[in-house]
Amino acid sequence: MDRIAHQFAHPGNGHKACFVAYICAGDPDYETSVKVCRTLVEGGIDVLEIGVPFSDPLADGLTNQLAAQRALEAGANQDAVFNLVREVRKISEIPIIFYTYYNLVYSQGVDAYVKRAKEAGVDGILTLDLPPEEAGEMLEACSRYDVKTVFIVAPTTPPERIELIAGVTSGFIYYVSRLGVTGERASLADDIAQSVTEIKKHANCPVVVGFGISTAAHVAEVAQAADGVVVGSALVNCIARNLDDKSKIISDLAAKTAELTSGLQ
Amino acid sequence: MSNPATRFSLPDEKGHFGPYGGMFVPETLMTALYELRDFYEAVKEEPSFKAELAHHLKEFAGRPTNLYYAERLTEYLGGAKIYLKREDLLHTGAHKINNALGQVILAKRMGKTRVIAETGAGQHGVAAATACARFGLKCVVYMGTEDMRRQELNVFRMRLCGAEVRGVDAGQKTLKDAINEAMRDWVTNVQDTHYVLGSALGTHPYPMIVRDFQKIIGEEVRRQIMEKEGRLPDVMAACVGGGSNAIGFLWDFLDEPNMRLVGVEAGGRGIESGEHAARFFGGKLGVLQGCKSYVLQNPDGQISLTHSVSAGLDYASIGPEHAYYRDAGRIEYAYATDDEVLSAFKTMSELEGIIPALESTHVIAWALKEAPKMGKDKLLCLNLSGRGDKDVQEVMRVTGYKGL
Repeated sequence: MDRIAHQFAHPGNGHKACFVAYICAGDPDYETSVKVCRTLVEGGIDVLEIGVPFSDPLADGLTNQLAAQRALEAGANQDAVFNLVREVRKISEIPIIFYTYYNLVYSQGVDAYVKRAKEAGVDGILTLDLPPEEAGEMLEACSRYDVKTVFIVAPTTPPERIELIAGVTSGFIYYVSRLGVTGERASLADDIAQSVTEIKKHANCPVVVGFGISTAAHVAEVAQAADGVVVGSALVNCIARNLDDKSKIISDLAAKTAELTSGLQ
Repeated sequence: MSNPATRFSLPDEKGHFGPYGGMFVPETLMTALYELRDFYEAVKEEPSFKAELAHHLKEFAGRPTNLYYAERLTEYLGGAKIYLKREDLLHTGAHKINNALGQVILAKRMGKTRVIAETGAGQHGVAAATACARFGLKCVVYMGTEDMRRQELNVFRMRLCGAEVRGVDAGQKTLKDAINEAMRDWVTNVQDTHYVLGSALGTHPYPMIVRDFQKIIGEEVRRQIMEKEGRLPDVMAACVGGGSNAIGFLWDFLDEPNMRLVGVEAGGRGIESGEHAARFFGGKLGVLQGCKSYVLQNPDGQISLTHSVSAGLDYASIGPEHAYYRDAGRIEYAYATDDEVLSAFKTMSELEGIIPALESTHVIAWALKEAPKMGKDKLLCLNLSGRGDKDVQEVMRVTGYKGL
């Protein structure tokens, strides 16, 4: 079953667009991370994007860097990340996307890694530092094991590159609405709708928008233009600000998820 | 693989040196990298660009540098006749100025108003700050806070030249973390900013551009050794962090079939200790900061912590062109440990009155072991890539010399 295509065709809970929630696996520790994922799923998110913690996350802002650092310090490793996916799969059929860096894939053998991801229940992989030019081995493996590919389009991407990217995307396109790294921002870029329209001229797949989306108003605005809205740092911060009392992480996260998804009604 | 045609045909148009190199970066940077590649390819043959760069290399940086016969070192070791390529005599104190001038002139011609750089030992940061001051460009340098501590003098020099030095507290607080932060800045400000990468590593086109701006070192050596000895050296060696001084020093000789070419990595506290930066002795193939090469990493693919007494060699990966020529068997690689380096630092200073940078001292330490094994009729050229003024405080600290 193509969980990704199905979900974008029929977002849950009457959502106008898919709510894509990003969280770093193993942050702040494995047990809490399982609860975090469960809270997000129960909160009615449509797609779960699991950040695989990496020692050198050069596309990420401080919030996600620190999350990865907390996870690695708490002992997160490749096995734990796959176990987390299996835990989520026990309770949910929503699409699960890996958000990762290429060395974590390459070091395990690309074919073996993608096979393992598929077996654990991963539906798609976004490799932040793997442009289509270098993705040959990854595309082959993803095709072999029916794991969907997710690629980024940036404001700096010209139309002919959008076409190149669309040609290798089997899951969805992730439009980063701003130059820069991940992180919460006070305001949205003002040309999102125009950009999504431009991407859709070249691509048949769903287009989600992320980077800097942190309020229900942002979510509502983006949902008018895109097939999905990615929220990351705003959720990760629910963990970061409650490290001294982990029980508060879950209640804070549940409230934030409810607040943000309300923008999709 | 070392046939004469290949060294000119590498890298390919997407930056590959055989299986190494490439462009492993976030999508946001791809367009800027292609623009940089195309602009550079077009401008590098332009007579006005070549003339401007040549002028500044001569008048501002002080090229050509001497090829100096190290008479007492040669006598002391009793083996090969040793020549030192004196990149340490350049303005700002190291070979880094060759590349910084080239790239800052490039940035100016591209219409960029802001330059960012990363630095480990601080030599590249100082070179970039100096070149930016000369051309009136705004300069921001990222530097790990551990390196800022080790290289306080260079931090002050950069600030003196008007650069903003931003300390990086993430990770190990050294070169790798500074590169991550510089990449983040570039992703954010790519439209008006040029990233002056300081070594022959990272994403295409940097390994190519940096090599091209550094290969003047070897070209001068060829001319100078022919004048002095009437023949080419038998052996040439340089230290290798990212690998820019080494590739610049060795590149012109890759097709000389009878020459032995050597790169010396940082052995830190020894390979067995795991606390080192000798990528060819403990690394495996991987992708770090834009480039496929040998990377020190754990079985999960997380990048390892590295250690070297020299901040400039303290890096978990190595330039892709080095990986290529290592596979081809054309350049051989060795390492020197911290202890060997600290001992060589003193030996060199005492015998020659030249205080070498700790990075460059790695090749001196290697020569102390290897030169005596070579016949007196052999010619050995070492690249003295930088001067050690910046290191004396750190050497005092780690050795407890207290002024010797």
